[in-house]
Amino acid sequence: MTIDLLLFLTLALVAVATALGMVTSKNTVYSALFLVLNFATVAVFYILLGAPFIAMSQITVYAGAIMVLFLFVIMLLGTERLNSANILPWQRPLAIILAVILTVEAGYLLIFKSNPTAMVNAPDASINTIGSLQSLGMALFTDYLLPFEATSILLLVAMVGAIILSKQDKNEKGGAK
Amino acid sequence: MISDWTLWLEWLIKSLVMIFALLGGFIFLTYFERRALARMQTRIGPNRAGPFGLFQPFADAIKLIFKEEFTPIHADKIVFFLAPILTVVPSLIIAAVIPIAPTTELFGRTISFAVADINVGILYLMSIASISVYGIVLAGWSSNNKYAMLGGLRSSAQMISYELALGFCFVMVILLGNSMSLNEIVVAQKDMWFAVIQPTGAILFFIVVLAEVNRAPFDMPEAEQELTAGFHSEYSGMKFSLFFMAEYQKMIVVSMITAVLFFGGYRELWFMTDWFNGALSVDRFWFLGPVYLLIKVVILLFVMIWTRATWPRIRYDRLMSFGWKVLLPLSLALVFITAVGIVLADVLKSVLYFWSIPVVSIMLGLFAVAVVQWSLRSKFHGRS
Repeated sequence: MTIDLLLFLTLALVAVATALGMVTSKNTVYSALFLVLNFATVAVFYILLGAPFIAMSQITVYAGAIMVLFLFVIMLLGTERLNSANILPWQRPLAIILAVILTVEAGYLLIFKSNPTAMVNAPDASINTIGSLQSLGMALFTDYLLPFEATSILLLVAMVGAIILSKQDKNEKGGAK
Repeated sequence: MISDWTLWLEWLIKSLVMIFALLGGFIFLTYFERRALARMQTRIGPNRAGPFGLFQPFADAIKLIFKEEFTPIHADKIVFFLAPILTVVPSLIIAAVIPIAPTTELFGRTISFAVADINVGILYLMSIASISVYGIVLAGWSSNNKYAMLGGLRSSAQMISYELALGFCFVMVILLGNSMSLNEIVVAQKDMWFAVIQPTGAILFFIVVLAEVNRAPFDMPEAEQELTAGFHSEYSGMKFSLFFMAEYQKMIVVSMITAVLFFGGYRELWFMTDWFNGALSVDRFWFLGPVYLLIKVVILLFVMIWTRATWPRIRYDRLMSFGWKVLLPLSLALVFITAVGIVLADVLKSVLYFWSIPVVSIMLGLFAVAVVQWSLRSKFHGRS
Protein backbone atom coordinates (compact mmCIF):
# COMPACT_ATOMS: atom_id res chain seq x y z
CA MET A 1 0.00 0.00 0.00
CA THR A 2 2.77 2.41 0.89
CA ILE A 3 4.55 1.67 -2.37
CA ASP A 4 1.36 2.52 -4.24
CA LEU A 5 1.06 5.78 -2.34
CA LEU A 6 4.71 6.66 -2.96
CA LEU A 7 4.32 5.87 -6.65
CA PHE A 8 1.16 7.95 -6.82
CA LEU A 9 2.74 10.98 -5.16
CA THR A 10 5.81 10.85 -7.42
CA LEU A 11 3.71 10.46 -10.54
CA ALA A 12 1.30 13.17 -9.46
CA LEU A 13 4.25 15.52 -9.07
CA VAL A 14 5.52 14.54 -12.53
CA ALA A 15 2.05 14.95 -14.04
CA VAL A 16 1.60 18.46 -12.60
CA ALA A 17 5.14 19.47 -13.54
CA THR A 18 4.76 18.26 -17.12
CA ALA A 19 1.37 19.97 -17.45
CA LEU A 20 2.93 23.25 -16.29
CA GLY A 21 5.89 22.69 -18.58
CA MET A 22 3.58 22.11 -21.50
CA VAL A 23 1.73 25.38 -20.94
CA THR A 24 4.74 27.57 -20.18
CA SER A 25 7.30 26.26 -22.64
CA LYS A 26 8.09 28.60 -25.53
CA ASN A 27 9.06 25.85 -27.94
CA THR A 28 6.08 23.94 -29.34
CA VAL A 29 8.06 20.73 -29.76
CA TYR A 30 8.90 20.85 -26.05
CA SER A 31 5.24 21.47 -25.27
CA ALA A 32 4.27 18.41 -27.28
CA LEU A 33 6.89 16.29 -25.52
CA PHE A 34 5.73 17.45 -22.09
CA LEU A 35 2.20 16.50 -23.08
CA VAL A 36 3.38 13.03 -24.13
CA LEU A 37 5.04 12.57 -20.74
CA ASN A 38 1.84 13.75 -19.07
CA PHE A 39 -0.18 11.14 -21.02
CA ALA A 40 2.29 8.47 -19.97
CA THR A 41 1.96 9.35 -16.28
CA VAL A 42 -1.83 9.37 -16.59
CA ALA A 43 -1.59 5.89 -18.15
CA VAL A 44 0.36 4.70 -15.11
CA PHE A 45 -2.41 6.16 -12.91
CA TYR A 46 -4.89 3.96 -14.78
CA ILE A 47 -2.71 0.91 -14.09
CA LEU A 48 -2.58 1.84 -10.40
CA LEU A 49 -6.39 2.05 -10.44
CA GLY A 50 -6.59 -1.46 -11.92
CA ALA A 51 -7.59 -0.55 -15.48
CA PRO A 52 -4.76 -1.81 -17.71
CA PHE A 53 -6.88 -1.77 -20.86
CA ILE A 54 -7.57 1.95 -20.57
CA ALA A 55 -3.91 2.57 -19.74
CA MET A 56 -2.70 0.81 -22.87
CA SER A 57 -5.35 2.51 -25.03
CA GLN A 58 -4.28 5.86 -23.58
CA ILE A 59 -0.68 5.28 -24.62
CA THR A 60 -1.53 3.83 -28.03
CA VAL A 61 -4.10 6.42 -29.04
CA TYR A 62 -2.87 9.62 -27.44
CA ALA A 63 0.89 9.24 -27.04
CA GLY A 64 1.36 6.92 -29.99
CA ALA A 65 -0.95 8.27 -32.66
CA ILE A 66 -2.28 11.74 -31.91
CA MET A 67 0.86 13.31 -30.48
CA VAL A 68 2.99 11.83 -33.26
CA LEU A 69 0.68 13.57 -35.73
CA PHE A 70 0.99 16.81 -33.72
CA LEU A 71 4.77 16.58 -33.84
CA PHE A 72 4.57 15.75 -37.54
CA VAL A 73 2.53 18.87 -38.26
CA ILE A 74 4.71 21.10 -36.05
CA MET A 75 7.84 19.94 -37.81
CA LEU A 76 6.32 20.05 -41.29
CA LEU A 77 5.10 23.64 -40.86
CA GLY A 78 8.27 24.70 -39.05
CA THR A 79 6.37 26.47 -36.26
CA GLU A 80 8.67 25.46 -33.41
CA ARG A 81 9.01 28.99 -32.02
CA LEU A 82 6.02 30.98 -30.85
CA ASN A 83 6.24 34.67 -31.62
CA SER A 84 4.41 37.07 -29.34
CA ALA A 85 2.33 38.58 -32.20
CA ASN A 86 0.31 35.38 -32.40
CA ILE A 87 -0.83 35.44 -28.78
CA LEU A 88 -4.52 36.34 -28.57
CA PRO A 89 -5.15 39.42 -26.35
CA TRP A 90 -8.32 38.12 -24.68
CA GLN A 91 -6.95 34.65 -24.02
CA ARG A 92 -5.13 35.38 -20.75
CA PRO A 93 -7.97 37.11 -18.82
CA LEU A 94 -10.47 34.50 -20.02
CA ALA A 95 -8.18 31.68 -18.90
CA ILE A 96 -7.75 33.27 -15.48
CA ILE A 97 -11.52 33.70 -15.02
CA LEU A 98 -12.24 30.11 -16.03
CA ALA A 99 -9.45 28.76 -13.81
CA VAL A 100 -10.84 30.70 -10.81
CA ILE A 101 -14.35 29.32 -11.46
CA LEU A 102 -13.01 25.76 -11.66
CA THR A 103 -10.97 26.14 -8.46
CA VAL A 104 -13.92 27.62 -6.55
CA GLU A 105 -16.19 24.82 -7.76
CA ALA A 106 -13.76 22.09 -6.79
CA GLY A 107 -13.07 23.73 -3.43
CA TYR A 108 -16.80 24.09 -2.70
CA LEU A 109 -17.42 20.42 -3.42
CA LEU A 110 -14.45 19.28 -1.35
CA ILE A 111 -15.23 21.45 1.68
CA PHE A 112 -19.04 21.51 1.87
CA LYS A 113 -19.91 18.01 0.69
CA SER A 114 -19.24 15.47 3.41
CA ASN A 115 -18.01 12.64 1.16
CA PRO A 116 -16.73 13.82 -2.22
CA THR A 117 -15.78 10.36 -3.49
CA ALA A 118 -19.36 9.14 -3.08
CA MET A 119 -20.42 11.42 -5.95
CA VAL A 120 -18.47 9.32 -8.42
CA ASN A 121 -20.04 6.01 -9.32
CA ALA A 122 -17.28 3.49 -8.75
CA PRO A 123 -17.08 0.92 -11.53
CA ASP A 124 -18.45 -2.52 -10.92
CA ALA A 125 -15.95 -4.69 -9.06
CA SER A 126 -16.21 -7.40 -11.71
CA ILE A 127 -14.57 -5.09 -14.27
CA ASN A 128 -11.39 -5.03 -12.23
CA THR A 129 -10.96 -8.79 -12.12
CA ILE A 130 -8.78 -10.91 -14.38
CA GLY A 131 -11.33 -11.12 -17.18
CA SER A 132 -11.60 -7.36 -17.43
CA LEU A 133 -11.29 -7.40 -21.23
CA GLN A 134 -14.09 -9.93 -21.61
CA SER A 135 -16.37 -8.02 -19.26
CA LEU A 136 -15.47 -4.75 -20.99
CA GLY A 137 -16.33 -6.23 -24.38
CA MET A 138 -19.58 -7.66 -23.05
CA ALA A 139 -20.56 -4.31 -21.56
CA LEU A 140 -19.72 -2.47 -24.79
CA PHE A 141 -21.69 -4.79 -27.03
CA THR A 142 -24.74 -5.30 -24.78
CA ASP A 143 -25.52 -2.44 -22.39
CA TYR A 144 -23.69 0.31 -24.29
CA LEU A 145 -24.27 -0.87 -27.87
CA LEU A 146 -26.02 2.30 -29.04
CA PRO A 147 -23.37 4.76 -27.76
CA PHE A 148 -20.67 2.47 -29.14
CA GLU A 149 -22.20 2.37 -32.62
CA ALA A 150 -22.97 6.10 -32.51
CA THR A 151 -19.29 6.78 -31.72
CA SER A 152 -18.18 4.63 -34.63
CA ILE A 153 -20.51 6.51 -37.00
CA LEU A 154 -19.20 9.81 -35.64
CA LEU A 155 -15.63 8.74 -36.37
CA LEU A 156 -16.62 7.55 -39.85
CA VAL A 157 -18.30 10.89 -40.58
CA ALA A 158 -15.20 12.75 -39.43
CA MET A 159 -13.03 10.63 -41.70
CA VAL A 160 -15.30 11.09 -44.71
CA GLY A 161 -15.39 14.83 -43.99
CA ALA A 162 -11.59 15.02 -43.98
CA ILE A 163 -11.40 13.16 -47.28
CA ILE A 164 -14.01 15.41 -48.89
CA LEU A 165 -12.23 18.58 -47.71
CA SER A 166 -8.92 17.45 -49.19
CA LYS A 167 -10.61 16.34 -52.44
CA GLN A 168 -12.32 19.71 -52.92
CA ASP A 169 -9.01 21.48 -52.46
CA LYS A 170 -7.49 19.36 -55.22
CA ASN A 171 -10.38 20.01 -57.63
CA GLU A 172 -10.20 23.78 -57.16
CA LYS A 173 -6.50 23.76 -57.89
CA GLY A 174 -7.12 21.67 -61.00
CA GLY A 175 -9.84 24.11 -62.13
CA ALA A 176 -7.55 27.12 -61.72
CA LYS A 177 -5.07 25.60 -64.12
CA MET B 1 4.12 -18.22 2.00
CA ILE B 2 6.26 -16.40 -0.49
CA SER B 3 8.08 -13.52 1.07
CA ASP B 4 8.28 -10.24 -0.71
CA TRP B 5 11.98 -10.24 -1.50
CA THR B 6 11.85 -13.48 -3.52
CA LEU B 7 9.30 -11.86 -5.80
CA TRP B 8 11.59 -8.87 -6.28
CA LEU B 9 14.49 -11.23 -6.88
CA GLU B 10 12.49 -13.13 -9.50
CA TRP B 11 11.64 -9.90 -11.34
CA LEU B 12 15.21 -8.71 -11.14
CA ILE B 13 16.61 -11.97 -12.53
CA LYS B 14 14.04 -12.15 -15.33
CA SER B 15 14.64 -8.53 -16.35
CA LEU B 16 18.42 -8.93 -16.31
CA VAL B 17 18.24 -12.16 -18.32
CA MET B 18 16.00 -10.51 -20.91
CA ILE B 19 18.18 -7.39 -21.22
CA PHE B 20 21.44 -9.33 -21.46
CA ALA B 21 19.91 -11.78 -23.93
CA LEU B 22 18.94 -8.86 -26.16
CA LEU B 23 22.35 -7.20 -25.79
CA GLY B 24 24.17 -10.43 -26.57
CA GLY B 25 21.79 -11.09 -29.43
CA PHE B 26 22.53 -7.62 -30.82
CA ILE B 27 26.29 -8.23 -30.69
CA PHE B 28 26.14 -11.47 -32.61
CA LEU B 29 23.34 -10.43 -34.94
CA THR B 30 25.61 -7.75 -36.44
CA TYR B 31 28.23 -10.43 -37.08
CA PHE B 32 25.61 -12.86 -38.42
CA GLU B 33 24.16 -10.24 -40.76
CA ARG B 34 27.54 -9.22 -42.17
CA ARG B 35 28.63 -12.79 -42.75
CA ALA B 36 25.30 -13.85 -44.27
CA LEU B 37 25.14 -10.79 -46.54
CA ALA B 38 28.75 -11.39 -47.59
CA ARG B 39 27.98 -15.00 -48.45
CA MET B 40 24.94 -13.98 -50.52
CA GLN B 41 27.02 -11.38 -52.38
CA THR B 42 29.93 -13.86 -52.88
CA ARG B 43 32.23 -11.94 -50.56
CA ILE B 44 34.04 -13.23 -47.49
CA GLY B 45 32.93 -10.70 -44.90
CA PRO B 46 34.66 -10.01 -41.56
CA ASN B 47 36.99 -12.95 -40.86
CA ARG B 48 40.10 -11.42 -39.30
CA ALA B 49 39.32 -10.79 -35.63
CA GLY B 50 39.34 -14.10 -33.77
CA PRO B 51 38.19 -17.47 -35.13
CA PHE B 52 35.90 -16.92 -38.16
CA GLY B 53 35.92 -13.22 -37.29
CA LEU B 54 33.78 -13.88 -34.21
CA PHE B 55 35.43 -11.05 -32.23
CA GLN B 56 34.55 -8.47 -34.89
CA PRO B 57 31.53 -7.09 -32.93
CA PHE B 58 33.74 -6.44 -29.89
CA ALA B 59 36.31 -4.68 -32.04
CA ASP B 60 33.52 -2.53 -33.50
CA ALA B 61 32.20 -1.73 -30.02
CA ILE B 62 35.63 -0.62 -28.80
CA LYS B 63 36.09 1.52 -31.90
CA LEU B 64 32.69 3.21 -31.42
CA ILE B 65 33.29 3.88 -27.71
CA PHE B 66 36.56 5.70 -28.40
CA LYS B 67 35.25 7.77 -31.31
CA GLU B 68 34.72 11.49 -30.87
CA GLU B 69 31.15 12.48 -30.14
CA PHE B 70 30.10 15.47 -32.13
CA THR B 71 27.07 17.71 -31.57
CA PRO B 72 26.12 20.13 -34.37
CA ILE B 73 26.34 23.76 -33.27
CA HIS B 74 22.67 24.70 -33.72
CA ALA B 75 21.31 21.34 -32.66
CA ASP B 76 18.77 21.23 -29.85
CA LYS B 77 21.16 19.88 -27.19
CA ILE B 78 18.65 18.29 -24.81
CA VAL B 79 16.55 16.56 -27.45
CA PHE B 80 19.68 15.58 -29.38
CA PHE B 81 20.88 13.82 -26.23
CA LEU B 82 17.49 12.25 -25.43
CA ALA B 83 16.68 10.88 -28.89
CA PRO B 84 19.04 7.85 -28.86
CA ILE B 85 17.81 6.91 -25.38
CA LEU B 86 14.18 7.19 -26.49
CA THR B 87 15.00 4.86 -29.37
CA VAL B 88 16.75 2.19 -27.31
CA VAL B 89 14.38 2.02 -24.34
CA PRO B 90 11.22 0.91 -26.23
CA SER B 91 13.24 -1.70 -28.11
CA LEU B 92 14.22 -3.23 -24.75
CA ILE B 93 11.00 -2.93 -22.75
CA ILE B 94 8.79 -4.31 -25.52
CA ALA B 95 10.32 -7.72 -24.79
CA ALA B 96 8.88 -7.68 -21.25
CA VAL B 97 5.66 -9.50 -22.14
CA ILE B 98 7.17 -12.22 -24.35
CA PRO B 99 7.05 -15.67 -22.74
CA ILE B 100 10.14 -17.80 -23.39
CA ALA B 101 9.04 -21.03 -21.68
CA PRO B 102 5.80 -22.50 -20.29
CA THR B 103 4.71 -21.59 -16.78
CA THR B 104 6.48 -24.08 -14.54
CA GLU B 105 6.72 -25.20 -10.93
CA LEU B 106 10.29 -24.44 -9.95
CA PHE B 107 11.98 -24.00 -6.56
CA GLY B 108 8.62 -24.70 -4.94
CA ARG B 109 6.77 -21.90 -6.71
CA THR B 110 5.02 -21.17 -9.97
CA ILE B 111 7.21 -19.18 -12.33
CA SER B 112 5.95 -17.67 -15.56
CA PHE B 113 8.79 -17.18 -18.00
CA ALA B 114 7.91 -13.69 -19.11
CA VAL B 115 9.07 -10.60 -17.26
CA ALA B 116 5.40 -9.59 -16.94
CA ASP B 117 2.67 -11.98 -18.03
CA ILE B 118 -0.08 -9.37 -18.22
CA ASN B 119 -3.54 -10.00 -19.63
CA VAL B 120 -3.30 -7.08 -22.08
CA GLY B 121 -0.01 -8.29 -23.57
CA ILE B 122 -0.93 -7.57 -27.18
CA LEU B 123 -2.09 -4.07 -26.35
CA TYR B 124 1.21 -3.53 -24.56
CA LEU B 125 3.07 -4.52 -27.74
CA MET B 126 0.89 -2.15 -29.74
CA SER B 127 1.43 0.79 -27.40
CA ILE B 128 5.20 0.36 -27.16
CA ALA B 129 5.42 -0.06 -30.94
CA SER B 130 3.49 3.16 -31.37
CA ILE B 131 5.75 5.22 -29.07
CA SER B 132 8.98 3.87 -30.54
CA VAL B 133 8.68 6.37 -33.39
CA TYR B 134 9.53 9.31 -31.09
CA GLY B 135 13.25 8.60 -30.91
CA ILE B 136 13.64 8.68 -34.68
CA VAL B 137 11.45 11.75 -35.23
CA LEU B 138 13.19 13.71 -32.48
CA ALA B 139 16.63 12.68 -33.69
CA GLY B 140 15.73 14.01 -37.11
CA TRP B 141 14.33 17.26 -35.76
CA SER B 142 17.02 18.06 -33.20
CA SER B 143 19.95 17.49 -35.58
CA ASN B 144 19.26 20.81 -37.35
CA ASN B 145 19.86 19.10 -40.68
CA LYS B 146 17.38 18.97 -43.56
CA TYR B 147 18.28 15.41 -44.51
CA ALA B 148 17.88 14.18 -40.95
CA MET B 149 14.58 16.04 -40.66
CA LEU B 150 13.22 14.49 -43.85
CA GLY B 151 14.28 11.06 -42.60
CA GLY B 152 12.46 11.60 -39.32
CA LEU B 153 9.29 12.83 -41.03
CA ARG B 154 9.34 9.92 -43.46
CA SER B 155 9.70 7.43 -40.66
CA SER B 156 6.80 8.87 -38.68
CA ALA B 157 4.52 8.84 -41.73
CA GLN B 158 5.59 5.29 -42.55
CA MET B 159 5.14 3.94 -39.03
CA ILE B 160 1.71 5.53 -38.58
CA SER B 161 0.56 4.08 -41.91
CA TYR B 162 1.77 0.57 -41.24
CA GLU B 163 0.53 0.53 -37.66
CA LEU B 164 -3.05 0.11 -38.92
CA ALA B 165 -2.27 -3.15 -40.71
CA LEU B 166 -0.25 -4.20 -37.65
CA GLY B 167 -3.29 -3.64 -35.47
CA PHE B 168 -5.47 -5.78 -37.74
CA CYS B 169 -2.88 -8.59 -37.63
CA PHE B 170 -3.06 -8.43 -33.83
CA VAL B 171 -6.86 -8.66 -34.08
CA MET B 172 -6.54 -11.87 -36.12
CA VAL B 173 -4.34 -13.42 -33.45
CA ILE B 174 -6.66 -12.28 -30.66
CA LEU B 175 -9.62 -13.88 -32.48
CA LEU B 176 -7.78 -17.16 -33.01
CA GLY B 177 -6.21 -17.31 -29.56
CA ASN B 178 -9.27 -15.97 -27.76
CA SER B 179 -7.03 -13.96 -25.44
CA MET B 180 -4.73 -10.95 -25.30
CA SER B 181 -2.20 -12.63 -23.03
CA LEU B 182 0.79 -13.83 -25.04
CA ASN B 183 1.21 -16.90 -22.87
CA GLU B 184 -2.36 -18.01 -23.54
CA ILE B 185 -1.88 -17.32 -27.27
CA VAL B 186 1.11 -19.65 -27.30
CA VAL B 187 -0.83 -22.31 -25.39
CA ALA B 188 -3.68 -21.96 -27.90
CA GLN B 189 -1.23 -22.93 -30.66
CA LYS B 190 -0.64 -26.33 -29.05
CA ASP B 191 -2.57 -28.17 -31.75
CA MET B 192 -1.88 -25.93 -34.71
CA TRP B 193 0.23 -22.87 -35.41
CA PHE B 194 -1.69 -19.75 -36.33
CA ALA B 195 0.63 -19.44 -39.34
CA VAL B 196 -1.06 -22.54 -40.75
CA ILE B 197 -4.58 -21.34 -39.99
CA GLN B 198 -3.90 -17.83 -41.30
CA PRO B 199 -0.88 -18.08 -43.67
CA THR B 200 -1.47 -14.79 -45.47
CA GLY B 201 -1.87 -13.11 -42.11
CA ALA B 202 1.54 -14.38 -40.96
CA ILE B 203 3.27 -13.18 -44.13
CA LEU B 204 1.47 -9.85 -43.94
CA PHE B 205 2.47 -9.44 -40.30
CA PHE B 206 6.09 -10.11 -41.22
CA ILE B 207 5.97 -7.48 -44.00
CA VAL B 208 4.41 -4.96 -41.64
CA VAL B 209 6.95 -5.46 -38.87
CA LEU B 210 9.74 -5.08 -41.43
CA ALA B 211 8.28 -1.66 -42.17
CA GLU B 212 7.82 -0.91 -38.45
CA VAL B 213 11.48 -1.52 -37.65
CA ASN B 214 12.61 0.31 -40.81
CA ARG B 215 14.39 -2.68 -42.29
CA ALA B 216 15.14 -3.13 -45.98
CA PRO B 217 13.25 -2.94 -48.31
CA PHE B 218 11.35 -0.38 -46.21
CA ASP B 219 14.36 1.52 -44.81
CA MET B 220 13.20 4.87 -46.17
CA PRO B 221 14.23 6.92 -43.09
CA GLU B 222 17.89 6.18 -43.84
CA ALA B 223 17.89 5.91 -47.62
CA GLU B 224 21.54 6.64 -48.38
CA GLN B 225 21.10 7.82 -51.95
CA GLU B 226 18.45 10.36 -51.02
CA LEU B 227 19.11 11.40 -47.41
CA THR B 228 22.81 10.58 -46.75
CA ALA B 229 22.07 8.58 -43.60
CA GLY B 230 18.62 9.94 -42.72
CA PHE B 231 17.76 10.62 -39.11
CA HIS B 232 21.18 9.62 -37.72
CA SER B 233 23.28 11.68 -40.16
CA GLU B 234 24.60 13.92 -37.41
CA TYR B 235 25.19 11.26 -34.80
CA SER B 236 28.60 9.80 -34.05
CA GLY B 237 30.34 7.70 -31.43
CA MET B 238 28.23 6.06 -28.72
CA LYS B 239 25.08 7.96 -29.68
CA PHE B 240 25.23 6.49 -33.17
CA SER B 241 25.88 3.04 -31.77
CA LEU B 242 22.75 3.38 -29.62
CA PHE B 243 20.68 3.83 -32.80
CA PHE B 244 22.49 0.88 -34.30
CA MET B 245 21.79 -1.18 -31.19
CA ALA B 246 18.11 -0.21 -31.19
CA GLU B 247 17.71 -1.31 -34.82
CA TYR B 248 19.17 -4.76 -34.21
CA GLN B 249 17.37 -5.25 -30.91
CA LYS B 250 14.12 -4.34 -32.64
CA MET B 251 14.89 -6.97 -35.28
CA ILE B 252 15.34 -9.61 -32.57
CA VAL B 253 12.24 -8.50 -30.66
CA VAL B 254 9.94 -8.45 -33.69
CA SER B 255 11.22 -11.89 -34.66
CA MET B 256 10.30 -13.07 -31.17
CA ILE B 257 6.86 -11.45 -31.48
CA THR B 258 6.26 -13.03 -34.90
CA ALA B 259 7.33 -16.41 -33.52
CA VAL B 260 5.04 -16.04 -30.51
CA LEU B 261 1.99 -14.83 -32.43
CA PHE B 262 2.11 -17.06 -35.49
CA PHE B 263 4.74 -19.79 -35.10
CA GLY B 264 3.92 -21.28 -31.75
CA GLY B 265 6.36 -19.30 -29.59
CA TYR B 266 8.29 -21.58 -27.26
CA ARG B 267 6.28 -24.66 -28.30
CA GLU B 268 7.67 -27.41 -30.49
CA LEU B 269 6.15 -28.19 -33.90
CA TRP B 270 2.53 -29.13 -33.24
CA PHE B 271 2.89 -32.72 -34.53
CA MET B 272 6.06 -33.33 -32.53
CA THR B 273 4.35 -33.32 -29.14
CA ASP B 274 3.95 -37.11 -29.00
CA TRP B 275 7.31 -38.08 -30.48
CA PHE B 276 9.58 -40.22 -28.22
CA ASN B 277 6.87 -40.29 -25.53
CA GLY B 278 6.86 -36.52 -25.42
CA ALA B 279 10.61 -36.23 -24.84
CA LEU B 280 10.76 -33.30 -27.26
CA SER B 281 7.77 -31.51 -25.76
CA VAL B 282 7.99 -28.39 -23.64
CA ASP B 283 5.22 -29.85 -21.49
CA ARG B 284 7.76 -32.32 -20.14
CA PHE B 285 10.97 -30.29 -20.22
CA TRP B 286 10.37 -26.57 -19.79
CA PHE B 287 13.99 -25.70 -20.66
CA LEU B 288 13.39 -26.77 -24.27
CA GLY B 289 11.17 -23.68 -24.63
CA PRO B 290 13.97 -21.10 -24.98
CA VAL B 291 15.78 -23.44 -27.40
CA TYR B 292 12.77 -23.73 -29.71
CA LEU B 293 12.15 -19.99 -29.51
CA LEU B 294 15.80 -19.30 -30.33
CA ILE B 295 15.67 -21.58 -33.38
CA LYS B 296 12.55 -19.83 -34.67
CA VAL B 297 14.03 -16.38 -34.02
CA VAL B 298 17.26 -17.24 -35.85
CA ILE B 299 15.29 -18.52 -38.85
CA LEU B 300 13.17 -15.36 -38.94
CA LEU B 301 16.27 -13.16 -38.60
CA PHE B 302 17.85 -15.02 -41.47
CA VAL B 303 14.75 -14.33 -43.58
CA MET B 304 15.09 -10.61 -42.72
CA ILE B 305 18.73 -10.58 -43.82
CA TRP B 306 17.85 -12.58 -46.92
CA THR B 307 15.15 -10.00 -47.74
CA ARG B 308 17.68 -7.21 -47.39
CA ALA B 309 20.09 -8.96 -49.74
CA THR B 310 17.38 -9.71 -52.29
CA TRP B 311 15.16 -6.67 -52.72
CA PRO B 312 16.07 -3.10 -53.58
CA ARG B 313 14.53 -0.30 -51.55
CA ILE B 314 10.91 0.43 -52.44
CA ARG B 315 10.11 3.92 -53.77
CA TYR B 316 8.54 6.20 -51.15
CA ASP B 317 5.20 6.88 -52.89
CA ARG B 318 4.83 3.17 -53.61
CA LEU B 319 5.66 2.40 -49.99
CA MET B 320 2.78 4.58 -48.84
CA SER B 321 0.29 3.31 -51.42
CA PHE B 322 1.33 -0.28 -50.68
CA GLY B 323 0.58 0.30 -47.01
CA TRP B 324 -2.73 2.06 -47.50
CA LYS B 325 -4.12 0.45 -50.65
CA VAL B 326 -2.89 -3.13 -50.37
CA LEU B 327 -1.96 -4.09 -46.81
CA LEU B 328 -4.80 -2.27 -45.02
CA PRO B 329 -7.71 -3.67 -47.10
CA LEU B 330 -6.10 -7.09 -47.22
CA SER B 331 -5.64 -7.24 -43.45
CA LEU B 332 -9.21 -6.06 -42.92
CA ALA B 333 -10.49 -8.82 -45.25
CA LEU B 334 -8.38 -11.39 -43.40
CA VAL B 335 -9.81 -10.29 -40.04
CA PHE B 336 -13.29 -10.61 -41.56
CA ILE B 337 -12.81 -14.16 -42.85
CA THR B 338 -11.15 -15.22 -39.59
CA ALA B 339 -14.10 -13.97 -37.58
CA VAL B 340 -16.66 -15.50 -39.96
CA GLY B 341 -14.86 -18.85 -39.98
CA ILE B 342 -14.69 -19.02 -36.19
CA VAL B 343 -18.34 -18.05 -35.75
CA LEU B 344 -19.58 -20.49 -38.44
CA ALA B 345 -17.55 -23.36 -36.96
CA ASP B 346 -18.97 -22.52 -33.56
CA VAL B 347 -22.61 -22.12 -34.60
CA LEU B 348 -22.86 -24.94 -37.15
CA LYS B 349 -20.66 -27.28 -35.07
CA SER B 350 -18.48 -28.18 -38.03
CA VAL B 351 -14.68 -27.93 -38.18
CA LEU B 352 -14.99 -27.69 -41.95
CA TYR B 353 -15.81 -23.99 -41.71
CA PHE B 354 -12.81 -23.41 -39.49
CA TRP B 355 -10.54 -25.01 -42.10
CA SER B 356 -12.01 -22.82 -44.79
CA ILE B 357 -10.07 -19.93 -43.15
CA PRO B 358 -6.63 -20.97 -44.52
CA VAL B 359 -8.10 -21.74 -47.95
CA VAL B 360 -9.81 -18.36 -48.30
CA SER B 361 -6.77 -16.69 -46.74
CA ILE B 362 -4.41 -18.10 -49.39
CA MET B 363 -6.89 -17.19 -52.13
CA LEU B 364 -7.06 -13.61 -50.86
CA GLY B 365 -3.28 -13.43 -50.67
CA LEU B 366 -2.89 -14.62 -54.27
CA PHE B 367 -5.56 -12.16 -55.37
CA ALA B 368 -3.68 -9.29 -53.69
CA VAL B 369 -0.43 -10.33 -55.38
CA ALA B 370 -2.24 -10.47 -58.74
CA VAL B 371 -3.70 -6.98 -58.22
CA VAL B 372 -0.30 -5.55 -57.34
CA GLN B 373 1.27 -7.19 -60.38
CA TRP B 374 -1.47 -5.87 -62.64
CA SER B 375 -1.27 -2.33 -61.31
CA LEU B 376 2.53 -2.30 -61.63
CA ARG B 377 2.27 -3.50 -65.23
CA SER B 378 -0.33 -0.97 -66.29
CA LYS B 379 -0.60 2.67 -65.35
CA PHE B 380 1.63 3.13 -62.29
CA HIS B 381 4.70 1.69 -63.88
CA GLY B 382 6.24 4.98 -64.87
CA ARG B 383 6.83 7.91 -62.57
CA SER B 384 3.63 9.90 -62.54
